[in-house]
Amino acid sequence: MTDARRISSRRRPGIAPWLFISPWILGFFLFTLGPMVFSLIMSLHDWPVVGERKFIWFDNYSTMLTQDPRFWESLGITVKFALIFVPLNIALSFLLAVLLNVKVHGTALFRTAFYLPSIISGVALVMIWKWIYSKDYGLLNYGLSLLGVDGPNWLGDPHWSILAIIIASLWGLGGTMLILLAGLQSIPKELYEAARVSGVPAWAQTVYITIPMLSPMLLFTFITSLISAFQQLTIALLLTKGGPLNSTYFFAMYIYDNAFKFHDMGYAAAMSWVMFLIILTLSMLVLKYSAAWVHYEGEAKGGGNG
Amino acid sequence: MRLAGLRISKLRKSFGTVDVLKGIDLEIRDGEFVSFLGPSGCGKSTLLRCIAGLEDLTEGVIHLDGREITDLPSAKRDIAMVFQNYALYPHMNVRKNMAFGLSLNGMPAAEIDARVRDAAETLRITELLDRKPRALSGGQRQRVAIGRAIVRKPKLFLLDEPLSNLDASLRVTMRAELSALHDRLGVTMIYVTHDQVEAMTLSNRVVVLDKGRVAQFGRPLELFHRPANLFVAGFIGSPQMNFLPAKIEEQTADSITISLNGTTLTIPTLGHAPVDPARPVTLGIRPDRLQLAEDGQLSGTIRLAERLGTENHLHIDLSTGDPVVVITDGTHPARARDQVRLRISPADTHVFDADGRALPRKLDPATEALISEPQGPADPA
Ligand SMILES: Nc1ncnc2c1ncn2[C@@H]1O[C@H](COP(=O)(O)OP(=O)(O)O)[C@@H](O)[C@H]1O
Ligand SMILES: [Mg+2]
Repeated sequence: MTDARRISSRRRPGIAPWLFISPWILGFFLFTLGPMVFSLIMSLHDWPVVGERKFIWFDNYSTMLTQDPRFWESLGITVKFALIFVPLNIALSFLLAVLLNVKVHGTALFRTAFYLPSIISGVALVMIWKWIYSKDYGLLNYGLSLLGVDGPNWLGDPHWSILAIIIASLWGLGGTMLILLAGLQSIPKELYEAARVSGVPAWAQTVYITIPMLSPMLLFTFITSLISAFQQLTIALLLTKGGPLNSTYFFAMYIYDNAFKFHDMGYAAAMSWVMFLIILTLSMLVLKYSAAWVHYEGEAKGGGNG
Repeated sequence: MRLAGLRISKLRKSFGTVDVLKGIDLEIRDGEFVSFLGPSGCGKSTLLRCIAGLEDLTEGVIHLDGREITDLPSAKRDIAMVFQNYALYPHMNVRKNMAFGLSLNGMPAAEIDARVRDAAETLRITELLDRKPRALSGGQRQRVAIGRAIVRKPKLFLLDEPLSNLDASLRVTMRAELSALHDRLGVTMIYVTHDQVEAMTLSNRVVVLDKGRVAQFGRPLELFHRPANLFVAGFIGSPQMNFLPAKIEEQTADSITISLNGTTLTIPTLGHAPVDPARPVTLGIRPDRLQLAEDGQLSGTIRLAERLGTENHLHIDLSTGDPVVVITDGTHPARARDQVRLRISPADTHVFDADGRALPRKLDPATEALISEPQGPADPA
């Protein structure tokens, strides 16, 4: 009797479970895995927007790596951008989060204010920055002139353009800040009180308590900042169009131009895959070496009471 | 003269418009083990945190060993604190958790090492020194938290419900260990708890707090046998003391005659100021002192009989409608809906005036001797 019941309950589950998860499955295949496979196939072709497509094995990749100085230039600019943007983004977000974590009147207002740029459309933001950076009518140079400094041509001078883009990009640190702020608020306040009672100075509380406790969030924001740095496109495209003298010609912009200006979809797809592999490798390296400094909360087995 | 111990005078603490502590005066002797006992929200933790320097006082002064510490930062007060949830640094191993504060204050490494080793031996956690807190059980974490306090060699230990996150059997073990630790270190300890058993068993003296005021400060048995007011009488002892409304019939300098349910009782006191005979008083009697007896003065019906094995708790509705609880031997056959009579002996009762203050109770010599035994260091009794 019991055996029979067990067998009947073990019968094949049928189609219902699949139907329940089908929205995700469909979405994943149609919008994630599908396009990825498609772009991989594309990258192995000479794939003009109109005209004959030709399977050319890895020609796109070898051209890129051996015969295309622009590829290396744009990659170099992107790396330079990431090297400055990622640490700055995290450091500033962290500082802001620490400031906004102080319980005084009006912090809610400031939290909103700092998050605001993250919800404004990128295009609107860029228009504002264009005005701020404008050589003769810009807010920034006006401010500098009050201090007696003759401001540079921010967007027109290849020495300053990348800095201008970094600063504008940092305007979107609201999201990062919010994650770190949430992390700060989840640190039990007793840890600081225990430290206070034993005479641990404030700087040491930050270094030895806050940062280790925040390390999972710092790791997360590090990786997401890295990814967004490599994907940087909108701001450069709208603010400088890659100029002057290609000083802000980012990797992603080169992909964009290959696809929509030079109509070479195959080459653009191949570049996208290179970008994907770079990001993947970097993220994996970061994750691998993070074990040494990231502290994960959570009970080990057998912990707890007793 | 240097006054050893902790002295708190006229301490008030408000959060915004909420008065949490409403004038606390306490003198705790050097080396004493004192508990702050009271229901949740009465201000125990706040008082402890004021002593620790984690909260600013609204008013009042605190002295430790003759030195005013009211406005000193926590670290300079010569105190150590153990938190309810242990507050161990999760990313540091046990050794580091204990050494962290010391090393940042520039103590030589050899000294730190010696202190950590000593504390670990005392608490029997030497083999855990290299583990992270998450790999420890609740009891072990508790020990580490205490160890972190010990290595500071403070004048005053503050413990905020340190055992309340442990399971019942571990709590009993840790209670005994804490008591032994206090004996060994001989340092003043203040222990916050809402558990009267912990307070009664561990402490030399207990501060009972009621809504931000000291309801009574005394030895454990004093609180039990001579509660100063209705609050303490009701809070200490389980099941709770029975309270019955009564009227004053007559009073002399050292006795009071009251009537309740048509019977009168003459209760001896230690000599009391005259009580207004027009106002009602409350008679208190502990459940184990009410006796089922054919010739008892009160009658009632058993509503519920709880059999716990060793004893029964009988919930009885008196003929006047007042509910009382009576403890009988576990083998007593009484059951629900039985009609019973209850006897009260005057010597077992407590009398509270209309404001809830107890009239000083006359105890039999044996109990009197018991509650005035010296309790802990420098007890003048
Ligand atoms: N930081 C605070 N802000 C406002 N109210 C508080 C704060 N801390 C405690 N209180 C209030 O003070 C009262 C006493 O709290 P507490 O001392 O923690 O009680 P206990 O430890 O006796 O349970 C409670 O009503 C609590 O809500
Ligand atoms: Mg508390």
